[in-house]
Amino acid sequence: MTDLAWISSAISTARPQAMGALLRYFRDLDTAEEAFQDACLRALKNWPQNGPPRDPAAWLIFVGRNSGIDAVRKRAKQAPIPEEDQISDLEDAESDMAERLDGAHYRDDILRLLFICCHPDLPATQQVAVALRVVSGLTVKQIARAFLVGESAMEQRITRAKARIADAGVPFETPGAVERSERLAAVAAMVYLIFNEGYSTNSGEAPARAPLCEEAIRLARLLLRLFQTEPEIMGLTALLLLQHARAPARFDENGEIVLLEDQDRSLWSRKMIDEGLALVDKALRHRKPGPYQVQAAIGALHARAEKAEDTDWVEIDLLYGLLEQMQPSPVVTLNRAVAVSKVRGPEAALALIEPLEQRLSGYFHFFGLKGGLLMQLDRGEEARLAFDRAISLANTAAEAAHIRMHIDRLMKDGAVRGTARSAK
Amino acid sequence: MLYAILCYASEDVVSSWSKAQDDDVMAKLLDVQDKYAKAGRLGPVARLLPTTAATTLRKVKGEAVVIDGPFAETKEQFLGFYTLECADLDEAVEFARELSEVNPSGGSYEIRPVSVFNPTKVAV
Repeated sequence: MTDLAWISSAISTARPQAMGALLRYFRDLDTAEEAFQDACLRALKNWPQNGPPRDPAAWLIFVGRNSGIDAVRKRAKQAPIPEEDQISDLEDAESDMAERLDGAHYRDDILRLLFICCHPDLPATQQVAVALRVVSGLTVKQIARAFLVGESAMEQRITRAKARIADAGVPFETPGAVERSERLAAVAAMVYLIFNEGYSTNSGEAPARAPLCEEAIRLARLLLRLFQTEPEIMGLTALLLLQHARAPARFDENGEIVLLEDQDRSLWSRKMIDEGLALVDKALRHRKPGPYQVQAAIGALHARAEKAEDTDWVEIDLLYGLLEQMQPSPVVTLNRAVAVSKVRGPEAALALIEPLEQRLSGYFHFFGLKGGLLMQLDRGEEARLAFDRAISLANTAAEAAHIRMHIDRLMKDGAVRGTARSAK
Repeated sequence: MLYAILCYASEDVVSSWSKAQDDDVMAKLLDVQDKYAKAGRLGPVARLLPTTAATTLRKVKGEAVVIDGPFAETKEQFLGFYTLECADLDEAVEFARELSEVNPSGGSYEIRPVSVFNPTKVAV
């Protein structure tokens, strides 16, 4: 079983651990990357001949470390180390290496590798780009495509970000418990960021950006394997799975946005939902709630409703209330207003969001929701004004088209006769 | 004799497959099962969610304690199983061989004769 597909998935699976160990060893990101690259090339040559190693990560670390040392020696004009054919019988070396790679050690290696990408001086998009390059091993071309920018622009962006990371100095000492949990929180936030980058609101972009969502889920699962008892990491993984499960239903055949309540739920990925629900259940047993768990629990309630009418809006309202306490933000309140409108009607929801107008004056969804609530209250003229604001703030053509659909309905219902006339 | 064919492989590798790759492997595995199912020899088959979704109940000093996941630091995880009626071990080995031929995940199939079998039906 040494075909290329297996080799390539074994290498990409081993990458975070191997890169993390090489970074600890060389204490320099570029040297670690070169060493890893070299080890991969040797693996492609060696594995089909000699069979796959029992522990691909340990093999790559061992060979990468030697090749890195070799490179350093060459620079110092010294003799190279033997070819990898001579070190191909890694059986002893491999188990020796595996021994040193005890659980706690490689956990901190991977965490460190992810953590250096979340440097607070780096803007969010750069953090994401570097993490995708360094940790996930996506090519610059793949990342550029996902960010919808040119390859050379992305290359520059990543190079600059890496220089900044190098200047900042990588924290190599083994972190204490408090620091470890701080790192974990920063890394979790970055994984969520990667997911959101991919969770495009435009059907045209969705296929190009979907790999970001998949990568985020892969990283979340990786974190969960490293920190198996952290309820917030269970929550994060569940949240991403439950959200991504709906991806096939989010756009119709014309590329228009389909709202959650109108989605064809048979298109949702059952497998992702099952895994997400299992993780929510597991997390809640810990009775240590956190923002990711609460958001995942909200996602779980949507996933559990077979039809939109079955949605438990009372519980969702409560959960958003909890989230507001944990993470006060006008956007959370805005989301809560949707639940409030279902439970207590559009008037109560409108009262909840009106105080937010100033802070959300540049936010498309605020005016979309406000317009929708006003429309339900038969206040057509005001609804029309809100929808106009929403269109001017739309981030994508699909968002604008969705609002235009509401306006068309208003016009058809004759609710805004004056506007309809003047529009002619 | 009823045999259980237990599948072990690296869950990291298997979960890194794209949906297209995963669907392809599953379709090929179904093809292999198909002829055994038609012959009435295939019993229940299950694929399990990742071990990260698992919980373990362990008795500690006589008391049942629920903990997260199986903690074993193994390279391969238990990912699922088949049950198959076989005349002898050779037949069970042959079935596992056919499965392994279409499964690119590496890993192993543990072939275990079943001792007690209680096929109650659940609606899935």
